[in-house]
Amino acid sequence: MNDVKAITVDHLTKKFGNFTAVDNISFEVKKGEIFGFLGANGAGKTTAMRMLCGLSIPSSGNATVAGFDVYHQTEKIKKNIGYMSQKFSLYEDLTVKENIRFYAGIYGKSNEFIKNKTGVVIKDLHLEKEANKLVKSLPLGWKQKLAFSVAIFHEPEIVFLDEPTGGVDPVTRREFWNLIYEAAATGITVFVTTHYMDEAEYCNRVCIMVDGRIDAMDTPQQLKKACDAASMDEVFLKLARKALRSDT
Amino acid sequence: MRSLRFLLQKEFRQIFRNTSILRIIFLMPIIQLLVLPWAADYEMKNINITVIDHDHSPYSRQLISKITASGYFILQDYTSSYNQSLVDIEKDKSDLILEIPASFQKNLIKENESKLFVAVNAINGVKANLGGAYLISIIRNFNGNIRSKWIQFPRFNPELNINVVSSDWYNPEMNYKYFMVPGILVILVTLVGSFLASLNIVKEKEIGTIEQINVTPIKKYQFVLGKLIPFWVLGLIVLGIGLGISRLFYGIISAGNLFVIFGFAAVYLLAVLGLGLLISTYTSTQQQAMLISFFLIMIFVLLGGLYTSIDSMPHWAQMMTKVNPVTYFIEVMRMVVLKGSGFADIKNQFLIMLGFAMVLNGWAVLSYRKRY
Amino acid sequence: MKQFFSFVKKEFHHILRDPRTMLILLGMPIAQIIIFGFALTNEVKNSKIAVLDNSKDVATTALIQQINSSRYFDIEKSLTDYKSIDAEFKTGKIKMVIVFPQGFNEDLQHFNKAQVQLIADASDPNVANTLANYATAIIMDYQNRITDDRKLPYTIHTEIQMLYNPQLMGAYSFVPGVMAMVLMLVCTMMTAITIVREKETGTMEVLLVSPVQPLKIVIAKAVPYLLLSMVNIMSILMLSVFVLGVPINGSLLLLIAVSILFTLTSLALGLLISSVTASQQAAMFISLVGLFLPTVMLSGFMFPIENMPLPLRIISNVVPAKWFYTIVKSVMIKGVGFSLIWKEVLVLTGMMLFFLVLSIKKFKIRLA
Repeated sequence: MNDVKAITVDHLTKKFGNFTAVDNISFEVKKGEIFGFLGANGAGKTTAMRMLCGLSIPSSGNATVAGFDVYHQTEKIKKNIGYMSQKFSLYEDLTVKENIRFYAGIYGKSNEFIKNKTGVVIKDLHLEKEANKLVKSLPLGWKQKLAFSVAIFHEPEIVFLDEPTGGVDPVTRREFWNLIYEAAATGITVFVTTHYMDEAEYCNRVCIMVDGRIDAMDTPQQLKKACDAASMDEVFLKLARKALRSDT
Repeated sequence: MRSLRFLLQKEFRQIFRNTSILRIIFLMPIIQLLVLPWAADYEMKNINITVIDHDHSPYSRQLISKITASGYFILQDYTSSYNQSLVDIEKDKSDLILEIPASFQKNLIKENESKLFVAVNAINGVKANLGGAYLISIIRNFNGNIRSKWIQFPRFNPELNINVVSSDWYNPEMNYKYFMVPGILVILVTLVGSFLASLNIVKEKEIGTIEQINVTPIKKYQFVLGKLIPFWVLGLIVLGIGLGISRLFYGIISAGNLFVIFGFAAVYLLAVLGLGLLISTYTSTQQQAMLISFFLIMIFVLLGGLYTSIDSMPHWAQMMTKVNPVTYFIEVMRMVVLKGSGFADIKNQFLIMLGFAMVLNGWAVLSYRKRY
Repeated sequence: MKQFFSFVKKEFHHILRDPRTMLILLGMPIAQIIIFGFALTNEVKNSKIAVLDNSKDVATTALIQQINSSRYFDIEKSLTDYKSIDAEFKTGKIKMVIVFPQGFNEDLQHFNKAQVQLIADASDPNVANTLANYATAIIMDYQNRITDDRKLPYTIHTEIQMLYNPQLMGAYSFVPGVMAMVLMLVCTMMTAITIVREKETGTMEVLLVSPVQPLKIVIAKAVPYLLLSMVNIMSILMLSVFVLGVPINGSLLLLIAVSILFTLTSLALGLLISSVTASQQAAMFISLVGLFLPTVMLSGFMFPIENMPLPLRIISNVVPAKWFYTIVKSVMIKGVGFSLIWKEVLVLTGMMLFFLVLSIKKFKIRLA
């Protein structure tokens, strides 16, 4: 892993009226890293991620994504990232192939590229039989894997995953993480939010958010050692106990 | 431009895959065009009449048969007193009472004048007015016949006579459907444009796919165009189908140039699609979008001059019709289809509509936000 | 019973917490009554017309002045050329042209006979017809005044009386119609949609596994809309009496009672729709296309039913609003008592029971 920075965040803050959703956070993510963003519901993970994706304008602080500024260069950022949201975001009334083609198309990929890569992706996901079926008819786990493949189809520098494995069974979650590793191996930086603590163990580095602030940031091993905990679950419980705001 | 192509491809696929929406887009206009014009008919015929004949003379009977033979009136009931016939009116059995007093014939011949009494249920003012007018003209005619029978060999007509000749242009058979069908067609095109387009966008909000679109490099205008164009095309297709139906089932052949209609419709659709977009940017659920579109469309339609004449509205309501795009299209449609007005005649309406399209779409694009 | 009321309370919270919907539900009737009560009139007045006067003599000047001073006509233009008529019509500004031939007064004085031509833009046959009638009446009136001194033999005088609505105000027929429309909309559409929404979001399942009887749940959903409709009925009646000047000639109590009956019928219909649809969109479209349009078109308030072809006249009988419209007109404006409307009341009651029984049946089937 080299030292090129994929994401830099410097004193980033987002306020909604009197409510400070993200409070003065700073961190850096290296290229090719799998960076986990943990926190309870309402800790500010999604808000932070939305700012980095250019969906939300920060109240103060600086950040760059793939070298572009989140205030003025959001359109350039969008060209270089992939995004998979909390809600399932493929079109249920389009087929597997049509969804791939649509998203690849709006990222400006050539027909040639789309055609070749679609075949590869469908084969990797073992969706050959389902390629021309409506996405609606797929089980949730398959849909999520497909959504991830679509999010990195245009070969972005960074992919943002917002709780990608919600409601998915453990086996499929395992497979999903295999996909993430494969993507990281090709040099894609992965920025993932989750509240499954076992998933945190898969990350190169994790950052734990509590009440809009970063409470801890390190490799899972170091965090466990520092907190004297056997698992990330314990680390999280110890840190999260201090939280003032709960579910919102 | 390439992105736009992919957006359009997706929209069309989704529309054509959703059979229930397709049915609404294509079947609803057809059924409505086939049914509604039959109901929307102000032409007065079948006016129910109750007669009280105290006279029972040849003249009274002649008058009654003349009334029933006119084709406008249906003799509902004979009663022996006014109070009894009033019950007919109260029960809605009858719209009109004609009371012929005793010695009607005798007085007419001996005293040179006689009286008739007519009472009309005037809850529906127009109906009452027209019904009364028809009846009076029948009586006048009857009167004239009697007079000419009694005044033998008039040396010269003592009666001053201004002869009123009326001619009805553009629709000589006074076919009400010629008037209604083009108007109803406008409503249908409007529904496809604003209603469906706004629902479509709000649906992407509700299911969350709009988030995904927002992180892609698609430009605002590309997304908006991707939504507008399919419904614009559908609107024009519905218009074409509608014109075909009017021709096939009602024999309405546009007196004016079809290009004028389609040209105007193209701009009109842009305006109502802009309205649909605007609604979608201000709502977050399909239910809200539906209620608001419904409320607006109802006011637009009822104040658009489809059913009632705009000239008869009070001043403030006429002002409201000026900011109602539906008014202009109904007007233009009727002008072109029935009177054969050309582009020069509708230039003003066209420019106003262009203004609507620019304002509404500009507003919608500005308020559609990719970031919060 | 206590459970039932806690459900009703919950429904009220739903409605009260959504101010946008609330505003539409309570504001729409008021807006409609005011807009439609004032603006929607079948009456034809202030119609813009043009005159082509080839005589320009005493008689034509007097006639033109009389026409212009009537509330029906505004003379917008004076034309000089017969050929320009078509162009005028095509711009859509005028609706009729009155043409006086040359020597109108001379003809009238010397031959006792003269001619006037009315050319109407009959693309709107209703307006054309009405305008021709009005103009003819004014001309006849003028003629009669000249002939007044020469008494004609054998004359029938017709005395005409306009019952219930001597000023022929449009509001008299629109108010009862708007009442039917609003109640239908609030009760049927909104109940159907709220119930279907619970189905869509899955909360219906949760309610159904609670120990409360399913029927009670569904009825609890309808109660707030019943109360909301009562508010709407009151505001509509107040507005029509105090703002539009439409009287309540009959018993107020009877009027309110039949309105409640119609509200219940609409609610039952809403329940029925909710039990046969699965999505909000479907419920909305059924209410819109299946209910709203027929209510406007076939209840008789927009278009007289007796003018329609037979199939539509038959179909109009299954439109609840048609019966309600007849009842309201009778009670409110004609001032008749129950003895004259019991048939319509019976029909509405029958419809309500039918919808109710059918929706309960459908509901049970779904549960089974």
